[in-house]
Amino acid sequence: MNIVITEKDMKQINYCLSRMVSSSMAHSVLLIDRSGQLIAHHGNTPGIDILSLSALTAANFGATAEIARMLGEEEFTLLFHKGKSENVYFSAVGEHVILVTLFDDKTSLGLIRLQINKIIDELSIILSSIFEKGRSKSGDSFRSS
Amino acid sequence: MPFINFSKDEIQCKIVYYGAGFCGKTTNLQYIFSQTREDIKGKMVSIDTKGDRTLFFDFLSLSLGKIRGFDIRVQLYTVPGQVHYDATRKLVLKGVDGVVFVADSLKVQRKKNIESLINLAKNLAEKGVSIRSIPLVIQYNKRDLDGTDSEILPMDILEKDLNSMLKVPSFSASALKGNGVFETLREISKLVVKDVSRKIMLLDKQAK
Repeated sequence: MNIVITEKDMKQINYCLSRMVSSSMAHSVLLIDRSGQLIAHHGNTPGIDILSLSALTAANFGATAEIARMLGEEEFTLLFHKGKSENVYFSAVGEHVILVTLFDDKTSLGLIRLQINKIIDELSIILSSIFEKGRSKSGDSFRSS
Repeated sequence: MPFINFSKDEIQCKIVYYGAGFCGKTTNLQYIFSQTREDIKGKMVSIDTKGDRTLFFDFLSLSLGKIRGFDIRVQLYTVPGQVHYDATRKLVLKGVDGVVFVADSLKVQRKKNIESLINLAKNLAEKGVSIRSIPLVIQYNKRDLDGTDSEILPMDILEKDLNSMLKVPSFSASALKGNGVFETLREISKLVVKDVSRKIMLLDKQAK
């Protein structure tokens, strides 16, 4: 399966991500696929190696998904890491993509979660059409989690 | 699963270095990292244990230049070689576009090489990928031990053990000294890009 992102797709994705950043006051959001490839990012990430962050995030999410399966859960659809001032919130978007939100103490976890829930369905629809294009046979569904 | 981004004219591919424990996968990446220009490489990330064993993976992102107007970016990963880390190996293989199988030339590692190659075939098959169809290169590492006290296998035996069925490009190498490291990387990148181009053309045809 190839993932082909056209300019139109990217515009739609970027529009969603920019709205997410402005409405939640997160400082940046990243959209990555589960094999660790960065699809898009929006916001300020000075000094952060985004490509490495994508690879580590996908691995982290994958490892957690395995833990979930061992415990009899299908998947943990969200992860949250809290630091002294920086926090990361990971949410599954369908079965192929992860939304990573980086935020500090200027905003709250509640607002972040609220805005993610609003945006995730929209992103799922856009991504679903991208993944459908890349698949020779259709079959997998693409729902928000 | 290559990522083709038409808005940035960029293709991202994932290449995984696979092989038994201590065969030199991480050393390959470390050599590549040490010899590449700053402007084309990212940071090297390693998740390892204190005893030099890779716990999860190593990661290095490289820019290979342009092909047909597209920037080619490869993400290099290694897997943990130890048998009991199979679950993490499977995770790292997710979305792989090409594999470098690093074989340890030491005679005592002969069985482990074969087991690791079988393990690779099995883990790829679980993802619906055949080891015969994915871009694959074999590297016979530690050839610099030839002529020392450590007993190493001749190239023809290694070829017979690991490549008699697959018949993929193979290289002798010393990841520690750097011999054969870039030859291996160049070949796997070439195969992956060729494979991606073929897929793009197929997509074009389907679109028409």
